[in-house]
Amino acid sequence: MDLRAYFHDLADHLQGAARAGEVIASGFTAESSDFIRFNRSAVRQATSVRQVRWTLSLVRGARRVDAATTLTGAAAADRATLEAMLADLRGGIDQAPEDPYLLLPETPHDSTRESPGELPEVEAVIDAVVGAGRGLDLVGLYAGGPVLEGFADSRGQRNWQRVDNFNFEWCLYHDRDKAVKTSYAGSRWEPAAFEGRMRFAREQLELLGQPAVTLAPGRYRAYFAPAAMEEVLGLLAWGGFGLKSQRTKQSPLQRLADGAASLDPRVHLAENCADGLAAGFQRDGFVRPGRVELVQGGRLAGALVSPRSAREFGLPTNGANAEEVPESLDLAPGELPRDRALAALDRGIYLGNLWYLNFSDRSACRFTGMTRFASFWVEDGRIRAPLNVMRFDDTAYRLLGSELEALTQERDLLLQGGTYGSRSTGSTRSPGALVRDFTLVL
Amino acid sequence: MLETLSRDFRAVAPAADFCALRYVEESSEMLVVRQDVAEPPQLAVERGAMVTVIDGGGIGYAATSDLTPAGLREAAGRAKRLAAATAGRTVFDYRRAALPSPRGRYAPPVADDPARLTRRERIELIAGEARQCRIDERIVDWEASLWTTRTHQAYLTADGGEVEQSFHFLVPNISATAHADGLTQTRTHAGRWNGFCRQGGLEILDAFGLAGSGRAVAEGALELLAAPDCPTGTMDVLLMPDQMMLQIHESIGHPLELDRILGDERNFAGTSFVTLDMFGTYRYGSPLLDVTFDPTRPDQYASYGWDDDGLVAERQYLIRGGILERPLGGAISQARAGIAGVANARACAWNRAPIDRMANLNVEPGASTLDELVASIDLGVMMRTNVSWSIDDSRNKFQFGCEWGRMIRGGRLAEVVRNPNYRGISATFWRSLAGVGDRSTFEVLGTPFCGKGEPNQVIRCGHASPACRFTGVEVFGGAA
Repeated sequence: MDLRAYFHDLADHLQGAARAGEVIASGFTAESSDFIRFNRSAVRQATSVRQVRWTLSLVRGARRVDAATTLTGAAAADRATLEAMLADLRGGIDQAPEDPYLLLPETPHDSTRESPGELPEVEAVIDAVVGAGRGLDLVGLYAGGPVLEGFADSRGQRNWQRVDNFNFEWCLYHDRDKAVKTSYAGSRWEPAAFEGRMRFAREQLELLGQPAVTLAPGRYRAYFAPAAMEEVLGLLAWGGFGLKSQRTKQSPLQRLADGAASLDPRVHLAENCADGLAAGFQRDGFVRPGRVELVQGGRLAGALVSPRSAREFGLPTNGANAEEVPESLDLAPGELPRDRALAALDRGIYLGNLWYLNFSDRSACRFTGMTRFASFWVEDGRIRAPLNVMRFDDTAYRLLGSELEALTQERDLLLQGGTYGSRSTGSTRSPGALVRDFTLVL
Repeated sequence: MLETLSRDFRAVAPAADFCALRYVEESSEMLVVRQDVAEPPQLAVERGAMVTVIDGGGIGYAATSDLTPAGLREAAGRAKRLAAATAGRTVFDYRRAALPSPRGRYAPPVADDPARLTRRERIELIAGEARQCRIDERIVDWEASLWTTRTHQAYLTADGGEVEQSFHFLVPNISATAHADGLTQTRTHAGRWNGFCRQGGLEILDAFGLAGSGRAVAEGALELLAAPDCPTGTMDVLLMPDQMMLQIHESIGHPLELDRILGDERNFAGTSFVTLDMFGTYRYGSPLLDVTFDPTRPDQYASYGWDDDGLVAERQYLIRGGILERPLGGAISQARAGIAGVANARACAWNRAPIDRMANLNVEPGASTLDELVASIDLGVMMRTNVSWSIDDSRNKFQFGCEWGRMIRGGRLAEVVRNPNYRGISATFWRSLAGVGDRSTFEVLGTPFCGKGEPNQVIRCGHASPACRFTGVEVFGGAA
């Protein structure tokens, strides 16, 4: 099925159906995904999902109604479904009050992005993973296939993106909660690359065989690997960078937004769409700039502004999604070579991953969470023992401010493996971070 | 619809050891009024089906939004191919699960159908209450919402099983945020993340207490703004039902999920400190702790007649007198583990395969009035309304926070405190349960947003609980 032609067919049909004084906007998503779930180096569940979704927005004057539906993927049948939905929206739009914050793009911007891949058949993935996991305790998820997104409106704007990719995330378990987490993602499955990742994971697994150390609550030097930093940045992204949350005083970075606090001058954060996988357009058809500066030199430099917030607060939109959450968050690199990170840490904790972060005081950007997977005790710049999981409670103003010693030169591009409803195209780019003083509490 | 679907499915069901189709149609409406401005209504209609094939010991699931005969045939072919690809390479020979072929219908009545009001009237219902939040210039944001969902499901097996189930869900919410002098505090009526969620119609709004809720949350936010931070120390906590629901969910529900115990979730949601040998003997909590899996309460959020693998839903004790009796595990997990469980194999949507979920998980009422619970505490904090939650991979070391706290000194309620947090360890926390409220303190709540599974699934869970008292808990407030 040629879903690009299908998308244009339906978009053109709806454009032709628009009446005077109406704007009809469409959001399109589709995927054909294989999900192979492994446990104990065998298959637990194998699922194939083919889905097509269409969101129709009808705007008349200052009123708007949105309706989403699933479709078959066959143009003739789906034209009729969308016509019926449009008729329902027309029948009910007067029930919606006028919306003073309604904002639509003024100038059409078309775009097309195709990122084709060579994805493996599921049989080949099962062969490779079951084979590589023989004699090991492997648990993980392979998710692969094309992810398609589109926007169209009755003014003639068309935006299209297709990304073919896979993401295999897995753990090799030593015992109980001691594991090494690894991922292999791309648009073309290469057996040698997969085997290289497996080899690295097996080497780390050997380190977990040593007796684990239980630390007492207290303050420690710590190195956050990029995957651990992704968790910290992901928490800050939860309301931290949106204009609405900042203007209504609910951002966890409110003190930064109000100029009452700052981060380390080496902290530069941006929404970097140009180097991410997320679509370059958002749900209402606004095109995203390549880069939106959020924090520069440790101080607030901007915010993600959705069309709705733009109208409400009188600023231009920068193509943010309705939730004003970054999809391609980018933390600038520092000067510490990654291969010097353990030596620079000298004595402290190496955090490979973190888990389940949440705010213990949102206003103060104080948060808690757990160490997870491959986290180690380090002495004299060498890994000495795996760490039993510990709870921490600290603030962003310390970790990325007063206690930040260094950021690494090298960064990782970490794909968001999220598959809630559909496969995410979000990503985070982060260096590792060396922190002088990090608080463990339980 | 069922007749057509049944005919089309049986025409395409491949020859296999087991084959089933689960069809889900879900329509929803989300209405939001923020700062007295109604946002555009968000409507949705989802329809799709998933075919399950078990063959040669392998298992395959294939989901499609194409419900034409050709679409179902193609999905059945994909499921069969996956079953073949996995045969001999699975964690378990799926033929041994012996999934049932049930017949029946589940459709609890709705007392007051939301459709009796126009959409404009439904918007006005929440807008009118939200307007009452505007009582002080320090109230910087306020919002009310009403989320209604109707779900119709069919479960068909190739050998004649045929179940239809219909559900009506309604979730109201209202919140107000106050800000002054660099401090921000938010008060909601049942949690920021829709803790008041039930099955039924507009009658739920009475139970929610919509009338008067706008002014109440605004006054609550201002009260918190003026309150001191919760003190730090070891003391008792008296957790009200809108925090108990989270405590139950995270530190009883998830650790008792059998798929976690079997290791399926270790790459994502985590494992469990509970092991198979604990069932029947392990002291999970004090003798006051009775916990049931109860899908039979028609008004509770995750009630149903059959789970998504066709197992009939029945009430079961998981913990009785503090002793762990059985896990949360559906037919496949029970067969894998060789242990009795409950009917809780559930999928969040037509495009996801069933896994072990907690559904309704409740702490049964005890014998103490709220006054008696307060009077029994020399030093402690009453906490209401969850706002923060974090727990480790094994569901043991937790830290939770609430919107509102009130000190208890010498058996009497004292000043209100803000940012009340506490932390503990599941394996010992429930053993410190020292008082369980009676039916007068019991509330039926839940969450629409329980995340788990690979691929990820967000599902509805119900949690009903009385107020409960715990002793010797590590309590603290927010940062200076």
